[in-house]
Amino acid sequence: MPYLDVRAVEKSFVTPRGVTHVLGGASLSLEEGEFVAIVGYSGSGKTTLISLMAGLLAADAGEIVLDGAPVTEPGHERGIVFQQYSLLPWMTVRENVALAVDAVDGALSAAERRRRTDEFVALVGLAPATDKRPRELSGGMRQRVAVARGLAMRPKILLMDEPFSALDALTRARLQDELLAIWNARRTTVVLVTNDVDEAILLADRIYPMTPGPGAVLGPPIEVGLPRPRERRHMSLAPAYQKVRQGIVEFLRACRRVA
Amino acid sequence: MTRPTLSRFVLPLLGLGLVLMVWTALSQTVATDLPSPARTWTESRRYVLEPFFKDGEMNQGIGRLAFYSLVRVGKGYLLALLLGTPVGFMLGLSRKFYETFDPIIQFLRPISPLAWLPLGLVIFRQSEPAAVFTIALCAMWPTVINTAVGVRSISQDYLNVGRVLRLSRFRMLTKIIVPASLPYVFTGYRLSLGLAWLVIVAAEMLTGTPGVGGFLWQEYNSLVYSHIILSVITIGAIGFLLDRLMGLLEARLKAA
Repeated sequence: MPYLDVRAVEKSFVTPRGVTHVLGGASLSLEEGEFVAIVGYSGSGKTTLISLMAGLLAADAGEIVLDGAPVTEPGHERGIVFQQYSLLPWMTVRENVALAVDAVDGALSAAERRRRTDEFVALVGLAPATDKRPRELSGGMRQRVAVARGLAMRPKILLMDEPFSALDALTRARLQDELLAIWNARRTTVVLVTNDVDEAILLADRIYPMTPGPGAVLGPPIEVGLPRPRERRHMSLAPAYQKVRQGIVEFLRACRRVA
Repeated sequence: MTRPTLSRFVLPLLGLGLVLMVWTALSQTVATDLPSPARTWTESRRYVLEPFFKDGEMNQGIGRLAFYSLVRVGKGYLLALLLGTPVGFMLGLSRKFYETFDPIIQFLRPISPLAWLPLGLVIFRQSEPAAVFTIALCAMWPTVINTAVGVRSISQDYLNVGRVLRLSRFRMLTKIIVPASLPYVFTGYRLSLGLAWLVIVAAEMLTGTPGVGGFLWQEYNSLVYSHIILSVITIGAIGFLLDRLMGLLEARLKAA
């Protein structure tokens, strides 16, 4: 049985204009330590799928099992990095990360929790901004705090919902590189949702393309197969890179033509 | 002349001058019982220049009278916050609580202080607690309603953070719900203070307790009309200062 098993989950929303069928039986599975990406057009239901995995929403049908336990409610073994950062603006960088450390490691001494908090802040390179509030930080720095908070939950699996989509291209590339470095060092199990094919290829072991909704499903996974540790500047030239990229783009295009 | 000086000092003074002119003109033509600005000042100067003298229960400097009123408002206001804040949080947090009590609140809200005061007198049999009761009852609604709206408009993102971290109810409240709704709550506090100060005059008039409102009513009965104007100006000035003070606090809070 895979570490994370998402089996044919369906989700509809009732809106004033009728029922919207968002997910029509999406399935995916991954092993511990894997980095999996879900790529799809905006509005296809990626955020809904990741909210289901986080337990923030309940599926209408199908089931999600993590490490043998069915997912029924939110919990920090499924850490999440939200698209809009969702930092608490009344707290400093340290306090935002400490909220997660305190929630997960409440049994530890205050000094030890503080040490861990500072460790996670330093991990994303924000030690100099520890006592700043989110409003004083750039978008890239805010998202680093959100990543630090996600990792501080010490989750079995880290869910990332288009974490870099609100950033400018240069900052996005930098954060992708940093995430790659952190992942290489820690090998956290990650599910990344994105609309950026190159981001997915750079970071993931395996990529699930998502068909455009309504009733979105995940297409057959594509193995990236590029050797790690990866480096951005060597990658785009590799024939394997082009092949994976073409595979995903063609799948998504074909879906769109049908839809 | 620079533009800020013009708009901050010259124009307001011009407005004040115009009002004084109209007031003088009225006092000399249609409303001859209305004391002119000059007469008001002559008859009130002792109250203003020696604000803390005390000749008798109701014959005291305006500073003393204002102090009594402020203490009374302070008590009523504090009671309003102590009652209104938790009720507001409950309304915002619990759908059932909201559905149970919102109709009653909407019904009680528009009732005038003049209607509550006699009831307060019946219940407490003393003017002081009756006045405090009336102030609290009239002033709490903005706090109740703003707090409830503040809690209900907390971004789902913040609540999701709390849910993912499985925060206890207590930590959810102290770490997320209270800080997230604080700006709304504080706006409620500010409006409540304005209302509390509005109610004080009515409460003091009807109970005859010493204070700016009580003084106003007594001087009306003693036919010293210039002191009515003195009281009115004092009430306005204090109300204005209170609002400014809360405005400053609010600005600091939002900057923090």
